[in-house]
Amino acid sequence: MKFIDEYRDPDLVRHLLDAVTALAARVGRRISLMEICGTHTHAIGRFGIRRLLPENIHLISGPGCPVCVTSIHDVDRALYLADRPHVVFATFGDMLRVPGTGGRSLQRLRASGADVRIVSSALDSLRLAEENPEKEVVFMGIGFETTAPTVASAIRKAGLKGLNNYSVFSVHKTVPQVISALIEDPELSIDGFICPGHVSVITGVDAYKSIPETGRAAVITGFEPVDILEGILMILRQLQEGRFEVAIQYARGVNREGNLQALKLMAEVFETREGEWRGLGRIPQSGLFIREKYANFDALRKGNLPEIHSVEFEACRCGDILRGVIFPEECRLFRKVCTPATPVGPCMVSSEGTCAAYLKYEIHNRKS
Amino acid sequence: MCIAFPGKILTIDQDNFAVIDINGTRREVCLDIVDEKVIVGDYVICHAGYAIHRIDENLALENLALLKEIIDREIY
Repeated sequence: MKFIDEYRDPDLVRHLLDAVTALAARVGRRISLMEICGTHTHAIGRFGIRRLLPENIHLISGPGCPVCVTSIHDVDRALYLADRPHVVFATFGDMLRVPGTGGRSLQRLRASGADVRIVSSALDSLRLAEENPEKEVVFMGIGFETTAPTVASAIRKAGLKGLNNYSVFSVHKTVPQVISALIEDPELSIDGFICPGHVSVITGVDAYKSIPETGRAAVITGFEPVDILEGILMILRQLQEGRFEVAIQYARGVNREGNLQALKLMAEVFETREGEWRGLGRIPQSGLFIREKYANFDALRKGNLPEIHSVEFEACRCGDILRGVIFPEECRLFRKVCTPATPVGPCMVSSEGTCAAYLKYEIHNRKS
Repeated sequence: MCIAFPGKILTIDQDNFAVIDINGTRREVCLDIVDEKVIVGDYVICHAGYAIHRIDENLALENLALLKEIIDREIY
């Protein structure tokens, strides 16, 4: 497959590993790198990259799995919205098993009769609204800058079509703000960030400028083994030279200025306000909310939600895992109570969640 | 969830939707938010039903060749 296979070339991977090993030895000290994006966490696990790296490089998974960082309060609000009569609730598949207060989930709700549908695009939810004029179709818009413009586009299309039975519950979040929050976290020490490839297609390099400003390396990286190793190599080079910048490894996907068309559309439909992140709390300007102009398509304005009192699970340490301050095995629930079949916290739900990826790929191989 | 994949544009219709080929599988994607003008034969990165980026094939080939050269000559 073009633009994939050549980035899985075993020979090139082998030589890149030699280069990474040589450069890591030159840097000498312990090097902690964070991959922010859940798709990176999954790819690193899947390709076995962690165990191939030299001893002094440690990869820490960050808060880049959108369902994992959706606050329990937002999960509860989704459950409320979905559990009303005459509603079709549509969302991406990952969201279905995420537990809300008391372990309720969209999946359980569906089993008890609610009309919850899985879609792979916001456009599918728009189609559902056109096909079911007697129902209110609520789409849960979730994801970072990669996904938010697609949902903004669907909202604008709904406006152009004059649909009055379509609304979006936006829990979209933005990446630069959470990176700033992580950088300020005194419990976390990171030398460099493997920055998300597909978020950056939209945002461009400016999203990460706080990273080099605080003396850390930042490389926007693709998702194949050659990409990830080249990204790490580029980070090591910055560390060795002590000269920090936002560099682009994933040049076939990312322009420095980002996707202006998508950014413009996002800004037209969404405004930024304080966002609530599971495990990380409230982060200023990190949530994307539907603007007044599109109020008719805002499920929160239309849904008349009551006060919902949400309660996090005791003992679940997803919060610390999302901040990168503990590894999954350090959570008492991991693998015992919390498993992929019976997830307690959101990090075990999505295949991109740190706990699920560790359980599937890393558990016997993690360096201490 | 930010998973995206490269596909080749086979057709573009009047509503600005394209049919793309991903290794033999055909999918329909919307071209409303792609970052550059695209034509049939272009490769695009697609996410959640939308093309989000036109891949510059020559640039991608050049970069890969450059990486191989750096690695072969051990310039790191």
